[in-house]
Amino acid sequence: MTTASPSPGRSPRLWGVLLVLLAVLADLAASFWMAAASHHWLPVPASAAAAPVDNLFALEVGIGSFIFFGCSGVMLWTLLFNRAPKYDLDNGDPIEGNLKLEIVWTLIPLVIVMLIAWKAIDVSTTLSTLGGKVRVTGGHGAMHGAEGPAAALEAADDPAAAEPIEVIGRQWSWEFIYPNGVHSSELHLPEGQRSYLRLSATDVIHGFFVPAFRLKQDLIPGSVIDYSLIPTRAGRYRLRDSMFSGGYFSSNQTDVVVEPPEQYAAWLEQALAQPLRPAANAATDLYAQRLARGDRGWATVPPAPPPLVHVSADPAASHEG
Amino acid sequence: MTSTAPAPAPSFDPRVLKAPHPVPGAPNNWRRFLSFNTDAKVIGLQYMITSLFFLLVGGLLSMIMRGELITPAADLVDPTVYNGLYTMHGTVMLFLFLFPILNGFNNLLIPPMIGAPDMAFPRLNAAAFWMVPVFGVILMASFLVPGGPSGAGWWAYPPQSIQNPLGHFLNGQFLWILAVALSGISSIMGAVNFITTIIRMRAPGMGWFRMPIFCWTAVAAQAIQLIGLPVLTAGAVLLLFDLSFGTSFYRPEGGGDPMLYQHFFWFYSHPAVYVMVLPVFGIFSELFPVYARKPLFGYHVVAIASFAITFLSLIVWVHHMFYSGTPQWMRNLFMVTTMLIAVPTGIKVFAWIGTLWGGKLRLTTAMLFCLGGVFNFIFAGITGIMLATVPVDIHVGNTYFVVGHFHTVIFSTITYGVFAGIYHWFPKFTGRMMYEGLGKLHFVLTFIGSQLTFLPMHAAGLLGMPRRVASYDPEFAFANVLASLGAFLLGVATIPFLLNLVSSWVRGEKAPPNPWHAIGLEWLLPSPPPAENFEDDVPTVISGPYGYGLGRPLVEDEQRYVAKAASAASAATGGA
Repeated sequence: MTTASPSPGRSPRLWGVLLVLLAVLADLAASFWMAAASHHWLPVPASAAAAPVDNLFALEVGIGSFIFFGCSGVMLWTLLFNRAPKYDLDNGDPIEGNLKLEIVWTLIPLVIVMLIAWKAIDVSTTLSTLGGKVRVTGGHGAMHGAEGPAAALEAADDPAAAEPIEVIGRQWSWEFIYPNGVHSSELHLPEGQRSYLRLSATDVIHGFFVPAFRLKQDLIPGSVIDYSLIPTRAGRYRLRDSMFSGGYFSSNQTDVVVEPPEQYAAWLEQALAQPLRPAANAATDLYAQRLARGDRGWATVPPAPPPLVHVSADPAASHEG
Repeated sequence: MTSTAPAPAPSFDPRVLKAPHPVPGAPNNWRRFLSFNTDAKVIGLQYMITSLFFLLVGGLLSMIMRGELITPAADLVDPTVYNGLYTMHGTVMLFLFLFPILNGFNNLLIPPMIGAPDMAFPRLNAAAFWMVPVFGVILMASFLVPGGPSGAGWWAYPPQSIQNPLGHFLNGQFLWILAVALSGISSIMGAVNFITTIIRMRAPGMGWFRMPIFCWTAVAAQAIQLIGLPVLTAGAVLLLFDLSFGTSFYRPEGGGDPMLYQHFFWFYSHPAVYVMVLPVFGIFSELFPVYARKPLFGYHVVAIASFAITFLSLIVWVHHMFYSGTPQWMRNLFMVTTMLIAVPTGIKVFAWIGTLWGGKLRLTTAMLFCLGGVFNFIFAGITGIMLATVPVDIHVGNTYFVVGHFHTVIFSTITYGVFAGIYHWFPKFTGRMMYEGLGKLHFVLTFIGSQLTFLPMHAAGLLGMPRRVASYDPEFAFANVLASLGAFLLGVATIPFLLNLVSSWVRGEKAPPNPWHAIGLEWLLPSPPPAENFEDDVPTVISGPYGYGLGRPLVEDEQRYVAKAASAASAATGGA
């Protein structure tokens, strides 16, 4: 605009400044609206991680929207007002650069991303979901050291830590073993308490992903990973395998049931009274159908036998997020 | 190759004579495209045509995938088939479409842009190209082996990728690793050639800061190939040993560590995205000045920013492993390095917008694809920062949010840039103009199709839909229906594009030497340029590459070169 007015009259410059101000205000308003709206793009918040993660995401949506609308707004302006008429073969203003402007648009993004990184480190430190990781090489029980990984992890862990729930990922089923000996193929957790999980995989890498918790951690065969999280909202949520694990990867999902601590304790008691039986498992059924149809399709390893559990996941139950 | 090199004229740069360049008078018919031809322009077109064929193959695979994903259940194909399809879609698009087509641009553009007669190593160049059909056939052959192609994704993470369910020695995964390793070797051969050519064979007077940005980005990108590819190739060889010979580099039960592979893989495969996007930044930087009729804003900074990107791209790979058990200090470190990439890429985006500002915009098809590409890239850059942020990545990592982000980069930015480059330089290398009407139809369909395909993927990912699934929960159905419709629209969009390519080449209007009134050595040549470009009359460059509106000549005695190109064109039409 300023470059388009060769006569540096007072009023065109004033109008230009006003127009830029107005555009920046509109951009700001739109960005705040986007940041507020971003909370609705995510599943229900069901863990202590959800609020800080959602707020960090909203911050990024806000800043990102401001940049996106700003840049595309300027591009739209040039499209509307800097078009060459059809037979105009002239050149534009031969501006080769502007050192001040280039320094500004180097420094401002630098400051913005470093601020975001600082906020993100702060959030990660607060959540501290990831505990230690111990490699268990040699397979089948052969472990580093005399005491094994569990002892090593406990030493490194919070001394007040409760006994963890074992989370075992397989092709393609989930198994959860609670400190009192209950086995289940859906994960039950008490609301409002930090739950400790011990993640391992028997065959390939799997991902423990609960969108409502905003948390995800891979299960690495040959390693045992300590993990912890605080569910904050009672309900039934999806737990999905997030790391591609072969043939029936997409069926490898179950539910997390978050319930008040007393209810959770009662469930643990009741569950122990149930007989152990093979868990209902989608991959097993799909593979049986495939064999019945003559084993057509491309190669896959057969599913691992479904785990023997006291409580099996209910495939008909509806989840919230 | 016969050697009838012309005697060196005084104006001829003596450096170029050292190259065993191909000879004028090569058989001027279609057969040279099927032969071991050492002419960079022939090789360039060989790369382009081969890779456009594989674009169709990869696109067809993606459409079967989107057909599967239009409903929540796995009902169109078996889940194992879906896994093979998505693996091959990614592999074909990266190794047989994008890398080769960008090497096509390198071959076509680098020698004429710097005034060289050919590449530094023409036979190496031809060998690098002919590996592409070889590994293309190997990869396609994996559809025919028992058990089908690899179904382990283009990451091929062990232990899943080394499970080898049927136990055959010759299996899809084996062929996949072989093809990827050959692709790597071919790319290293290309990289040596492009870098040597640019360093050693520039026209007299063309200092580094008089070189077009496309050449800067080519060096920056090919440097990544030289540093990164050996690491990936080593990783792939170890994977092959684990798969076929029972070693345990990555096998936990034998004492190996599957995480080792992830480091090998991403050390190259994250920078690989920059290998693809840097030349496209080059294309944007070439085209905006032409169609905005302005010098590139901040040329020096844009040139240097390419190398900042190269450097940073090599130290960010662990951001793909934030939820793989990576310790917190390492996640924070790689988050910071990843975020720093926003600075040099931001510089480039702002420079392009600065170039548009106050310009005289001409909305040709090439310009539309550039504008669309930059628009999409700004969006992808912002979602990229979100993915770099550790806590946010832990939620959206490995979901459709990443698929949406990645395709906004790889299709809506890089492939847009490739299309822009094709529309812009097609007249130069075929001697024919493309039809603008069909081109604009192609752009409009592509733009609508890509937003419809990739935007809903972000939404599905935020809600927690994992990537690579063959079936999904019903709550993701709406986003997936939109994405599938968009993908089919993208399929339709290729029809006007192909029609345009074929009909323009066959019967398009004859192209003048400089149809876009662009500045650059390649535009001082006839369309198409002779086999050795300037032959023994290489111009001396006397100013920077984007002097639009500055009224300064690019080379000494510029009018003579313009007249020479024009007379060559009229001689050609007179002869025809």
